[in-house]
Amino acid sequence: MPYFPPGMPLPQPTQDDAGWWEACRRHELTIQRCAGCGAFRHTPRPVCFACRSFEFIWQPVSGRGRIFSYTVAHHPPHPVLRDRVPYTVIVVELPDADNVRLISNLVDDRDAPVEIGQEVEVVWDDLAENISLPLFRRLP
Amino acid sequence: MDQLKIADRVAIVGIGETEYTRWGRAAKSEFGLACEAILKAVADAGLTIDQVDGFAGYSADRNDPIAIAAALGIPQVRYASMVWGGGGGGSAAAVGNAAAGIVAGYANYVVAFRALAQGQFGRFGQAGGYSGKGRTAGERIPGGAFTYSSMHGPFSYPFGLMTPAQHLAMYMRRHMHLYGTTSRQMGAVAVAARKHAQYNTRAVMYGRPMTIEDHQNSRLIADPFRLLDCCLETDGAAAVVLTSAERARDLPQRPVYLMGAAQGGPQFGAHNQEHYASGNFREVARDLWAQCGIQPKDVDVAQIYDHFTGHVITSLEDHGFCGLGEGGAFVEGGRIEIGGELPINTSGGNLSEAYVHGFGLAVEGVRQLRGTSTCQVPDAEICLVAGGAASAPVSSFVIRR
Repeated sequence: MPYFPPGMPLPQPTQDDAGWWEACRRHELTIQRCAGCGAFRHTPRPVCFACRSFEFIWQPVSGRGRIFSYTVAHHPPHPVLRDRVPYTVIVVELPDADNVRLISNLVDDRDAPVEIGQEVEVVWDDLAENISLPLFRRLP
Repeated sequence: MDQLKIADRVAIVGIGETEYTRWGRAAKSEFGLACEAILKAVADAGLTIDQVDGFAGYSADRNDPIAIAAALGIPQVRYASMVWGGGGGGSAAAVGNAAAGIVAGYANYVVAFRALAQGQFGRFGQAGGYSGKGRTAGERIPGGAFTYSSMHGPFSYPFGLMTPAQHLAMYMRRHMHLYGTTSRQMGAVAVAARKHAQYNTRAVMYGRPMTIEDHQNSRLIADPFRLLDCCLETDGAAAVVLTSAERARDLPQRPVYLMGAAQGGPQFGAHNQEHYASGNFREVARDLWAQCGIQPKDVDVAQIYDHFTGHVITSLEDHGFCGLGEGGAFVEGGRIEIGGELPINTSGGNLSEAYVHGFGLAVEGVRQLRGTSTCQVPDAEICLVAGGAASAPVSSFVIRR
């Protein structure tokens, strides 16, 4: 069951990020990685910031990470979310991708307050035929 | 880096503002507001509009110089510049670019300005504000060009991360985690701005005083930001006229000289910036102080971009008024209020005067050095104006009388 009600804006994959969304569709979390120097980067872009190589891979990662920061949204920023607040947006740091950070939601149903540093793992939200979103829940 | 040679060679000689209203209540179109603010600034400078030959803008201002020239009967636009990036990050950079155009000899009288009528276009506080049109339910997010909005868009919108308040709330939450910064400390910024607005009849929040308890009792928007941590949403326009120091001597207003201006900021996208719990001003501030040859302690009054209270704290840290992580304590106890050690945002700022992407702060900085602020710092000689925090680019300038 999707985390948000129907009608949220949907990503439209582009030439530069289609591979990332295709992996998500297979429920595989990847981070773009330079094939030349190995540097990780997110969000997807065509060239490496470190060595300027245009060659890259979509490196599978474990899907485990840590909460780097968060906000609890109380004011709905979009009409679809009018009755869906509060919800929690997190920034997840991925240790097995050189601590690249990913924006996501915390979707577990634990009452414990959100804390920076808590460990999380990916769960998948099938939003549309070609779009699955990586969401996260806290590890016990 | 070779230093930009603007110090003491360029002066701000005119300022102009429209009436500021809550969003949706402007009597003129946004384009009409732009023209009004420009005409007022030119009149304040003792010039005629046909002497203006350059413009500088930011945040993809919709009111382009060629259209303005046609509307106002300006014979030749010799110089026009735009700073990329949304919001107020380019507000000080626009003044710096105007100065660069004058020093380079491209133009003689350059107007830097911002017009913003959120009632007529998208609201920055809502999804889609950056694109200037509201996003409708189910609309697909375009990708493509690697712009500020698209680099965030497909990787933030689907997660309900859609507004500046939410993004900056996360940066500030990290600041609280690292340094123990509190909501009450952020509230001190809002209280100072509101106090200053009570002297300013132009301020949208004139006649509406506020206490720290009002701040603490206001509803959460994006934790940790409460309603009173967030700037206003208003309609209005503001403009300044710059010319060479030589020409400034023949004009009626006391010239306010530009000591330095810097813009930039490192890689900034999708929450992967290195200086996360920051205003992203560290590199810009380093360049700025080097240009000016002064230190933060030499500043008498400052106008610090205040879209959200927390990022006044980080901006003060980044500019070196206190150590990293010490900004929360710095803003407490009246230090940033009139009569304090470093009064800031003496017109009320984006929080309590009006939100014209910080250009009201530029105008107020000039007033302080003319000695004409409604909340005047006695004998103010040097003022810092910082534009936009926690975005890229950001920019700052320093003026002296």
